[in-house]
Amino acid sequence: MGLGISLISFLLVLAVGWIAGIVPFLKVFFMAYVPYVALAVFVIGLIIRILRWGRSPVPFRITTTCGQEKSLPWIRQNKLDNPSSALGTLGRMLLEILFFRSLFRNTRAEFKDDRLVYSVDKWLWFFSLAFHWSFLIIFLRHFRFFTEPIPSFVGFLQNIDGFFQVGLPIIYITDVLILSGLTFLFLRRIFNSKVRIISLPSDYFPLLLILGIATTGVLLRYFFKTDLVAVKEFTVSVLSFQAVSQELINKLSPLFAIHFFFVCTLLIYFPLSKLVHLGGVFLSPTRNLANNNRMKRHINPWNYDVPVHTYEEYEEEFRDKMIAAGIPVEKED
Amino acid sequence: MSSKIKPEELIKTFNLKPKYRNWMDVPVDFRKGTFNYAGSEEALIYLDQPNPRKWQVTDPDWKLPENWQEIILEGLRERLEKYRSLKIFMDICVRCGACADKCHFFLGSGDPKNMPVLRAELLRSVYRREFTTAGKLMGRMVGARELTFDVLKEWFYYFYQCTQCRRCSVFCPYGIDTAEITFLTRELMNLIGVNIDWIMTPVKNSYRTGNHLGVQPHGMKDSLEMAAADIEEITGIHIDVPINKKGAEILFVTPSADYFATPHYYTLMGYMMLFHEIGLDYTFSTYASEGGNFGSFVSHELMKRLNNKIYAEAKRLGVKWILGGECGHMWRVIHQYMDTMNGPADFLEVPRSPITGTVFENAKSTKMVHICEFTADLIYHNKIKLDPSRNDHWHATFHDSCNPSRGMGLLEEPRYIIKNVMRKFTEMPDNTIREQTFCCGSGSGIGTDENFEMRMRGGFPRANAAKFVRDKYGVNICLCICAIDKANLPPLFEFWVPGLEVGGVHEMVGNALVMTGEKPREVDLRLNPLNNVEEKL
Repeated sequence: MGLGISLISFLLVLAVGWIAGIVPFLKVFFMAYVPYVALAVFVIGLIIRILRWGRSPVPFRITTTCGQEKSLPWIRQNKLDNPSSALGTLGRMLLEILFFRSLFRNTRAEFKDDRLVYSVDKWLWFFSLAFHWSFLIIFLRHFRFFTEPIPSFVGFLQNIDGFFQVGLPIIYITDVLILSGLTFLFLRRIFNSKVRIISLPSDYFPLLLILGIATTGVLLRYFFKTDLVAVKEFTVSVLSFQAVSQELINKLSPLFAIHFFFVCTLLIYFPLSKLVHLGGVFLSPTRNLANNNRMKRHINPWNYDVPVHTYEEYEEEFRDKMIAAGIPVEKED
Repeated sequence: MSSKIKPEELIKTFNLKPKYRNWMDVPVDFRKGTFNYAGSEEALIYLDQPNPRKWQVTDPDWKLPENWQEIILEGLRERLEKYRSLKIFMDICVRCGACADKCHFFLGSGDPKNMPVLRAELLRSVYRREFTTAGKLMGRMVGARELTFDVLKEWFYYFYQCTQCRRCSVFCPYGIDTAEITFLTRELMNLIGVNIDWIMTPVKNSYRTGNHLGVQPHGMKDSLEMAAADIEEITGIHIDVPINKKGAEILFVTPSADYFATPHYYTLMGYMMLFHEIGLDYTFSTYASEGGNFGSFVSHELMKRLNNKIYAEAKRLGVKWILGGECGHMWRVIHQYMDTMNGPADFLEVPRSPITGTVFENAKSTKMVHICEFTADLIYHNKIKLDPSRNDHWHATFHDSCNPSRGMGLLEEPRYIIKNVMRKFTEMPDNTIREQTFCCGSGSGIGTDENFEMRMRGGFPRANAAKFVRDKYGVNICLCICAIDKANLPPLFEFWVPGLEVGGVHEMVGNALVMTGEKPREVDLRLNPLNNVEEKL
């Protein structure tokens, strides 16, 4: 369901970006004003989303435990997969967020001669991790366009990223990884029947959009070079809320306009979609709570009294039988 | 019913590569053997639950309140405000599909709606339609749909095809817990009187008599005394059975199946022998005679109403702390809910083993200790004498019960005990034990005869792993620490792995326990002759 809808939506965004890049009047609008709308929607949308999650309390401590609990002193606790302290929980969250710990466990179940067998399946983990980390590093590398002077970490990242020194300009590893990661995730949705069944337009679309951003970015870097001095002047102006001149905008290539419009679209789309998992993962109660339930009482802010069947009512009903059976009672008659 | 389907036929229907179809267009099919009967009118009236009436799942009219959609949507709105878990789980799933082949019901049925992600989408689609702008505007295009009677039927079918085992939650990169979604959706359905009888009647019984079988106090006493008599016959030792004893040091709460069903009963004998041998000052309670909490299968409120009895009884009897028997969902409730719901247990003391002096710091707030923690501590401190050779006719494997593993982390304690009370122990394959353990297929109240086919399907992954160690290593008993396991694994194994027995960890303790003044043992707790290895293997 929804591959067609997503493709059409993506092509629509592409068309708008392209038209914006070649029609001078529109270009000013899309380059000088749209980014502010996008940034505002992104920041405000994400804040609203997180506040809305935060408004709901966590009534019970429902940690999913994935290892030995803390119990007797001579039994070795699995402090990261079943943490009982704040530090352990922090460790668990870091492993989850930075290295996708749970996805790393992934297995594949198959039938072999009427037997179920499980094999290690790290592809999803590998390509997801490759995609997410590459995206982050590419974003950080872009700081060379955002600020003047360029932060020192950018040079460091560029050196590592271009470690193999292949090609000219040097090919970044992250460029290769992000494209292969996204392609894998996209093809998996189409060719793995289980994943295809569960996929919605909102699953294909962001993949296509980010694929669009990465592809136009790669084209800009390696094939259709744009005026980088102009690009930098432009982004710095936008980010420092300064007016951008018509002359400057004219220097930006249509391909850059498309790249830029894709990014704006992503910013707007982000808080309205599943992409908010970026923030939500921090708040997941099965992961971010220590498994110290029996050690430390968890308070439910809306805990309320419920009707109960008291011992007195119980004894009232069964007293005769209890006395006859010689079971102690509170009232003898 | 079991005679109607055959394993070799069922296995042919397994398929992990479902054909692509838009799942919203596939109607639910209430096939005989794959669903549970509706909740009884009487139980709902006794418990003061909404919409009591006589109805059947296959009826065209479920006799719902006229505004049932409104009731459910209002209930959903309320729960979104009360449970951050629900809100987060509705919003952040990326449908990566890592959970898909982790669910025992999907593995055994091949039905895409049994993939945890799709099970959650059944609710999420309605959430999107009612609570998100995109869903309101674009409907099916963004995976949103209205709550219709067909959707309700789908909810009933598939949310009672989830055993709240949480295996999917282990693999989910965001820890999305289908048990939580199932739990809350069942709670929503309960608002309009849509529930199943094997949950509602046990809840009623537990509420009234203290235990889910509805056994009255004298019946419970008879049963415990029968166990004492059986113990005397086997060991020559007379055991007193303390019941509702005020001033005892410890209140012992175990699932009621332990004193009425086999093979649970042998585990009960094991507890009683152990307590007698170490001279424990404890008591059973007829009022709090059920550890298992059937309320936890249908609503937080019913869970609380039943769980209330344990602390109330501990207070009335004036015990110092509480010890709990072998049970699965019971321990999730005790570990993750009891203190929050019905605490603080400030009238109790931090549990301290009177035999070893060990203070159970890990239970210092809830004040309830798992029997495996307690016994492991005894063995570690050499406080009991064991003769593991008395279990030589058994070659065991251990089935981690879902909730103690994924809602608690009780993994090593039972293993430590097993390795000390018997000599032949083999683990099932890694992907099927510990936090990756597979459900028996009948947890959370769906272990009924009418649901037999679905249980055999859902239990297949567990049975498959057990079969592997039986065939390869000659394992002849599967031990477990859960009353539902003990009730369901026997028919499951009879179906898939004939000849494989099921037992509790403390049954093996009872066999191995050398009791002061006992006569030479000739039989184990099942009256199997000892030292006759050939016969058993």
